[in-house]
Amino acid sequence: MVISKKPLHVIVAIALAILPLFSFANVSNDSVKEESHEVHATAAETHHEAAAEPQDKKVKVDAYIQHHLQDSYDFTFFSDEKEGKHYGFSLPVILIDNGLKVFSSSKFHHGETIAEVDGNYYKMYHGKIYKTDALGTIEYDEAHHPTNVKPLDFSITKNVFSMLFTSILLLFMFIGLAKSYKKEPIPTGFGRVLEPLILFIREEIAIPNIGEKKYRKFMGYLLTVFFLIWLLNLLGMTPLGINVTGNISVTICLALFTYFITQFSANKDYWKHIFWMPGVPVPMKIILMPIEILGTLTKPFALLIRLFANITAGHVVIMSLIAMIFVGKNLATDLPISLGLTLFISIIEVLVAFLQAFIFTMLSSLFIGMAVQDHHHDDNH
Amino acid sequence: MEGTLNLIGAGLVVIGAGLGLGKIGGSAMDAIARQPEAAGKIQTAMIIIAALLEGLAFAALILGK
Repeated sequence: MVISKKPLHVIVAIALAILPLFSFANVSNDSVKEESHEVHATAAETHHEAAAEPQDKKVKVDAYIQHHLQDSYDFTFFSDEKEGKHYGFSLPVILIDNGLKVFSSSKFHHGETIAEVDGNYYKMYHGKIYKTDALGTIEYDEAHHPTNVKPLDFSITKNVFSMLFTSILLLFMFIGLAKSYKKEPIPTGFGRVLEPLILFIREEIAIPNIGEKKYRKFMGYLLTVFFLIWLLNLLGMTPLGINVTGNISVTICLALFTYFITQFSANKDYWKHIFWMPGVPVPMKIILMPIEILGTLTKPFALLIRLFANITAGHVVIMSLIAMIFVGKNLATDLPISLGLTLFISIIEVLVAFLQAFIFTMLSSLFIGMAVQDHHHDDNH
Repeated sequence: MEGTLNLIGAGLVVIGAGLGLGKIGGSAMDAIARQPEAAGKIQTAMIIIAALLEGLAFAALILGK
């Protein structure tokens, strides 16, 4: 072959580096069109528009970022506002409402129409599905919250899809690695990347925090949570618009796992230190008890907030920097500044993606280690 | 008015977090300079404490929002 191996790597690397820009390329075309449209308008109109447009654009950008941060029933890569077309693909909606209802989310047409399934009507309102009548009436209470019935929703949404995808990817990767050990002690192919990471979790996280004797039982959880969070963080960096670890429900669930594993594997000493702290006077013991009980809850709370806030903040910063192109006045200067900053933050975000996965695993193992470690009775307490 | 106060609060949180992170980072640098052979352990401890601080700062930002 003419193309030797090395240039191919370089080409792939460049292609991957440019990939994130494509998802926004279409939107930037739109803004260019709007600008040329402005030029055609008369001077008075231009003046009027210039006052109104930046505000409008800012609102639009705000709405877009908000929309991106939320879960949705379909993948929308970009939308053509003039023709009202959305490009992407739909995901299945699964509702339990007098029996199982399964249909494609394309029936909603991105919330613009009412979906009719077996004589029941459903309407999407602010990203949630409500039961409604043929006309799609939504009733509100005083606080302008819809009072319509919400059917039980088990849909394969964007986040669920991403998690399933990641899980299957992890299964393939690690079953392949496990199989390769049967043939020879040194893994082949992609396993060579995974083995040092697994060793890193074991040597740097599990053993120092949990202890030589007891770490094995928790390795499964620590490895799973590390690779799941890391891969989901990295998936969030792709232009697919996935924001799973920036969804507070997901991080709450992950933190609950850590919480329950910690509580259920805790030994006698741990509980003794919570309910009846040894070595302090009795009044102090009574004061310390509620504080310690609260302390068990604040630890996983900090875990879930940290992951959620870090990833959400990263997404918002990147989206806002890209939005600079649209709210700025001069495209020629805004474009390079915006792209440069976005590239810079993206590189930092790749680091953060790893760091947050590492910290989640690290603190989980720290909490588990606190609960299971043997107590050293060097002093009186 | 409330939005402005929120922003001031967010600024205060960031100042606090910045001071804390600076202190942690500076102390870790000192420690590593004194004992380069313990750099790995110091870094791990540094990251844990920075993460705890960051969690606090983020909690304040989110609750204040």
